[in-house]
Order: sequence, then structure tokens, then C-alpha cells
Amino acid sequence: MTPRRKRMLVVGLILLGVSIAAFFALTAFQRNLLYFFTPTQVAAGEAPKGYPFRVGGLVVPGTVQREASSLAVKFTVSDGTATLPITYTGILPDLFREGQGIISIGKMNEQGIFEASEVLAKHDENYMPPEVADSLKQGGKMPTTYKDYQK
Amino acid sequence: MTSELGHLALIVALLMAILQGTFPLAGAALGVPVWMSVGRAAGRAQFFFLAVAFACLIDSFIVNDFSVRYVAEHSNSDLPLYYRIAATWGAHEGSMLLWAVILGLWTFAVTVFSNSLSEEFLARVLGVMGLISVGILLFILLTSNPFERLVPMPSDGGDLNPLLQDFGMTIHPPMLYMGYVGLSVAFSFAIAALLGGSLDSAWARWSRPWTLVAWIFLTFGIVLGSWWAYYELGWGGWWFWDPVENASFMPWLVATALLHSLAVTEKRGAFKAWTVLLAIFAFSLSLLGTFLVRSGVLTSVHAFASDPARGLFILVFLALVVGSSLLIYALKAPAIRDTARYTLISRENLLLLNNVLLVTAAASILLGTLYPLILDAMKLGKISVGPPYFSSVFAPLMAPIVLLAGIAPLFAWREASMPKLIRQLRWLAPLSLGLGIASTALFWSLSDIKTLAGLSMAFWLVGSAGISLWNRIRLRETALDGLRSQSPSFYGMTLAHIGIAVFLVGVVLSSSYSEEKIVRLAPGDTVQLGSYTFTFKGVTDVVGPNFKAQEGSFVVETDGKAVAHLNPQKRIYKVQRNTMTEAAIEPGLTRDLYVALGEPMDGAAWSVRVYYKPFIRWIWLGGLLMMAGGLCSVADRRYRLASLKTVEPHTSAAMRKA
Repeated sequence: MTPRRKRMLVVGLILLGVSIAAFFALTAFQRNLLYFFTPTQVAAGEAPKGYPFRVGGLVVPGTVQREASSLAVKFTVSDGTATLPITYTGILPDLFREGQGIISIGKMNEQGIFEASEVLAKHDENYMPPEVADSLKQGGKMPTTYKDYQK
Repeated sequence: MTSELGHLALIVALLMAILQGTFPLAGAALGVPVWMSVGRAAGRAQFFFLAVAFACLIDSFIVNDFSVRYVAEHSNSDLPLYYRIAATWGAHEGSMLLWAVILGLWTFAVTVFSNSLSEEFLARVLGVMGLISVGILLFILLTSNPFERLVPMPSDGGDLNPLLQDFGMTIHPPMLYMGYVGLSVAFSFAIAALLGGSLDSAWARWSRPWTLVAWIFLTFGIVLGSWWAYYELGWGGWWFWDPVENASFMPWLVATALLHSLAVTEKRGAFKAWTVLLAIFAFSLSLLGTFLVRSGVLTSVHAFASDPARGLFILVFLALVVGSSLLIYALKAPAIRDTARYTLISRENLLLLNNVLLVTAAASILLGTLYPLILDAMKLGKISVGPPYFSSVFAPLMAPIVLLAGIAPLFAWREASMPKLIRQLRWLAPLSLGLGIASTALFWSLSDIKTLAGLSMAFWLVGSAGISLWNRIRLRETALDGLRSQSPSFYGMTLAHIGIAVFLVGVVLSSSYSEEKIVRLAPGDTVQLGSYTFTFKGVTDVVGPNFKAQEGSFVVETDGKAVAHLNPQKRIYKVQRNTMTEAAIEPGLTRDLYVALGEPMDGAAWSVRVYYKPFIRWIWLGGLLMMAGGLCSVADRRYRLASLKTVEPHTSAAMRKA
């Protein structure tokens, strides 16, 4: 082989490798996308069945119920227009509290309850996940007590 | 007054940066020596004024000057002194100031260690750094001034975010920024070399130690961040593929590629154009990281506050830096000629492969990080990319890198002899696979392919490092003589590659064999995890300087012997009323025992998380070994002898010898 053809071979092999990597990346990418839905969208039936997605809203005061003997907990989130019941088993994050904006990852079950595999409440009490803030604003239900960080 | 003094010093620093960014570049272009000499003085003056500004801000924190808005928002008179000082860079404004100060520090270092650089080259390097500094300082002064006053002055401050009141978090930002900003030196060298048309191996030799030092800091910063997330967030993970983590990891991957590519450019005079491009990418990704973290576009603990003006400013700055440097590259790169020739099977090509893989990995992370943001910005829906994406893309890309990292040092430059390589490696592959199988079968389950592959690769790395060391010393009279005659940079490389092996062991074992239980425990209850029994003794109230806490008491026993007393806390900080989980960890080389309190349940019961994490320390140990390898290499004498004035290309001498 001439040096030129060898170089071409190297370049060809690299291109092949990169395309295989790109293929794997994009396939994995497709499978791991999580879409965000508001409780209103879920109520309208827009959320997928049997496929995980993210949902967010404010925890409705007075709805948090713990089971006495296990770590199961039930609560309801709201975006001001619609509400969605959520069940979760495990330890809630430190910043989880009634009235707080949270994000949850999970699936809808047959009874129309969101079974959460993860509940996220980040930062501090003034912070609201941007998705939640947007959906509250859309419904015109943004509480005035929040410092509006996410303008 | 301190605050106004700091503000003034910052403005003077901006003036110095403007001087530094204009005269030297113009002088180098037009050949005016006096203009070129402005760079050194202006750079040092700029650093001095930045240091003054930074000291003023620290002082405002120390004396609790709550008339300064930034201090009032992020400090409190109950905050211990150490954290009051660290709070200086605990939020947006101060941490941008820290960024600028560190850029000043690197500028100062360049002016000090530049005796062997030609005046023209130094002028261009300082000019480029000056322009970067102008951008950052304008950003601080126009959108994020930490010296702004607050009227009326509050009686006390809003306190530092409790998550940041921690030792690891106080030194993580400075270390990370030393790395981020340090890459600006490699970037400036590359741009200066492009402008001056002096892309030779002397340029690469000059650029290498700077890149290496920046890379060491970046590595340390990332290790610290990961360690902090592990013990402070209370869920025992060490990496979450959070956009903010990705923001620091992408420049690291590209900087690692750059280090390897610089080696080829220095030793062989090849890959010149590619190396320059990597230097541009590495710093651009650092800036992108700053943009992602500082603009508040991310849902993350790091997004302290967001303001569209800030995001827009950094985005425009980023576009200017990337755009102009790529423009210079496009104009100048066609003139770059690689002098070296090499064959298919050569170290050059293996390092090329390493570069391709590392850059592909960085690109796939970039895709996963930016895609949701772009989609959101175009109002096409809100999505997030889950950690499985990153792990499933990252692992297949890293496996060949690990295999290559082992054997690449055995390959000769220019043309490697395949029969000789096969002779050296024929036992290594079955041996490392055998050891991998044996260790997996002995301690864990043989059906665990992931562990088996990971451990075999770790043995492969260590074994090939041993072979390459043996190759080098066997020709000497005695082994000791041979060991002594090797260069520090060889040891550095070997150590860093062994660091990958150690890291790998930590990753596969802790991910496959960690045990986790989330249970409800009343005082006196026990929970069994592997061979360890955790007994919950109850909870008592304790009081800290700025928080109250409930402290749990756990005794861990194995084989009837107590191995640890763990006291995890649930803290409530007085000012922000935030609850914080302080996990208790019993560290060990082969396993960590980890307890975190969940929530109080009925009666005196608590929900509790307990973890058994085998070999998790090896993850950070591996990172520290890579760092140590970097330090070893920096100590190499030839960097101190490096000179740009001797334009005799190193490569042509090497070619003649070959």
C-alpha cells in the first residue's frame, strides 16, 4: 500500500468507528428522553401510558399522607388548573414540603395515579423548577409569595 | 468604604486588561517593541488590582458588612469565619470575581515564567489573555457587580446555602476554576502561535506544562465535586450526569485529548492543526461550562439565580471567542504543514485514536447536555436526558480507550514492529483475562460480565504498565539503575494510566455490589446489610453554630464486633430554615458504610437509608493518582529547559536519528 492509501484506510476506519458510536449514541438518546408534562396535560390524556415521563407542580397542602407501617407516601400536585395524585415509596428529599414546587419521574398506573420512582425538590424554598414555574404561569396561578427567580 | 475601593480596583483592573489586550497584539502585528512590552506590566498590574478587589470582598464578608447586597444575601453573622471567607465565592457574583482573579493569577504566572519566550510571542499570548479578561470583567461590572450596596442595610444576612457549608465545597470552585481558566493559557498559546505562524514543536513543548497544570487542577476539582456529592447529598451516588457535572467533564475530556495530542506535536511535529483545534475546543468548553452554570439555564443546585442579561452576555461572549478563534484558525491553518511521516501501526496513530475517542465522548455528552436546552429555547417541549443515555454511550467509548492506554506506550513512534508487540503482549491478554475471571469468581459472581470485563481491563492496564517499565529498565545494569534513569514524565504517564485502572475497579465494583436499604427504624431496631448489622440507638438534639440538628446514633457490628459508631444528622439551618441531611460514613479502602437519616415517622421511629459501598474510595483514589501522574510529569526537567528561541525543530533531529 502506498502511504496515501494507508492514510485513507486510517481515516476510513476512524469514520467507521465514529459512525458506529454515533449510531449507539442516538439510539440510546432516543430511548432515554424523558418528556415533561403538567398535571393539566396529564388530565387531558396527553401523557404516555406505560412509559416514564416527568411531571411537576406544587404539593397541595394537606394531601401528604404517610402509611404508618411502611415508607409509602401519597400526595397530590397541582399546577393551579388540574391536580395529579402521586404515590412514592422511599425517603422524600429534604426540601420536600407542602406548597413546594417539585418534579417527579415515574409512570401512570391503571388507576390514574402517578407512580413515582424519583421525587426531586432542589435548591431552597424560594426556588421553583423552571418547568413548574412555566406551567403555573400558563394557568395564571403563580403564587405571589415566590421570589420569581426564573424570569 | 471597602466596597467602593473594591469596585474601583475592579474598574482599574478592566482598564489594565484593555491595555493588555490591545497594545501587545497591535505591537506584535506592526512590529513595535514598546507596545509589545506593555503586556507584561499591564498583566501584572491587572492581577494586583484584581487581588485588591477580591481582598475587599473577602473583608466585607469577614466584618459582616451587610450593607453590601452580595454579603447580605449570602452570609450571616452566625456563620463561622471559615465559611464566611468561603462564602465570597459561594454564589454568582463572587464566583465570577474568583474566575477573573484566577485568570489574573494565570496571567501573572505567564509573565513570570516567560523568560525563554520571544517578546513577540509573549505579547500575543498576553494580548489574547487580556481580551478574555476584558470580556469577563465587563460581564462582572455590567451584570454581576458584587460590590453593589443595599439600602436600607438589613440587620443580618440571608446566610450561605447550607449545601455549600462544607469543606469540600469551599475548595471545589477555586480548584475547578484553576483548571477551567488554566485552559485559557493553552488557548492563548495556540492563538498566538496561529497569529505568528510559529506552530513548531517548541510551541508544543511550551504549551504542555501549562496545559498539564490546568488539567491537574481540573481533575482535582472534578474529584472534589464528586466526593462532595457523595457525602453531602445523602444518596450515596458519586456521579449523576447532571448538566453541571457534564460542564466540567467535557473540558476535562478534551483537555486530556489535548495533552496526548501535544505530546505528538512536540515529539514528532505531527497533528499540529488538530492540536490547535483541541486547544480552542478545550477552552471553549470551559466557557460553555461557565455559561451553563452561571446563566441559570439549568435546573440545578448551581443555578443560584438567573438573569437573562447575564445569560445573553456570556452567550455573546462565548460566540465571539469561539467564532473569532475559529476564524483565525480557518485563515491560518491551511499554512500548517506536518513534517512527520508515520506508518499505520505507530504510536502516532494510537494517540490519534485516543483523541478521536475522547472527543467523540465529549461530543456525545455535549449532545445530551445541550439538546434539552435547545429544544426548550425553541419551545419544542421540555425534555430531559436520563443518566442511562450517558452511561450506555460512555462505557463502549471508554473500553477501547482503556485497552489502548495500556499498550500505546509499548508502540514505537513512527513505525512499530508488530511481531515484537505480539511477542510482548501474547501473555498479557490471557493473563489479565484470567486474573479478571479469578477475582470475579472468587469474591463475586462469575456471571457478572461487567465486573469481569472491568477487572480484566484494570489488570491489563497495570500489566502493560509493568511491561513497558520492564522494557525500559532491562537494558540497564541493575534494576535500580534502570528505575533511576527513567524520566519523571514517563513515571507520570504510567502513574496516570494506573490511576485509570484504580478508578475502573472502583466504578465496576461499587456499581455492581453496592447494597442499599431504605428502612423504617425505631430505637433498638437493627438492619442487616451484607455481613454488617446496623443498630439504631435513637436520636438526640444537638446545636451547631448556625443550625440545630437531630443526631442519630448507630452502631455497626460484624461478627459480633463493633466496627463503627455512626452519627448522621438532620440539620435545620436557622436563617434559611432549610433541612439538610448530613450523612455519616465509616470509610475504608475496600468498603464504605454509609448511614443517612430520612424523615421522622410516628413515635421515635425514623426512615433511614443505609448503604454498603464496596471499593468506592478507589474512584477518587484513581482520580488522585491521575493527578499525581500529572504532577510527576510537570516536574520533568525538560520543561524548565524549554525554549522557544531555539527554533531548531526537535522533530527533524528525531527524524535524522530514526
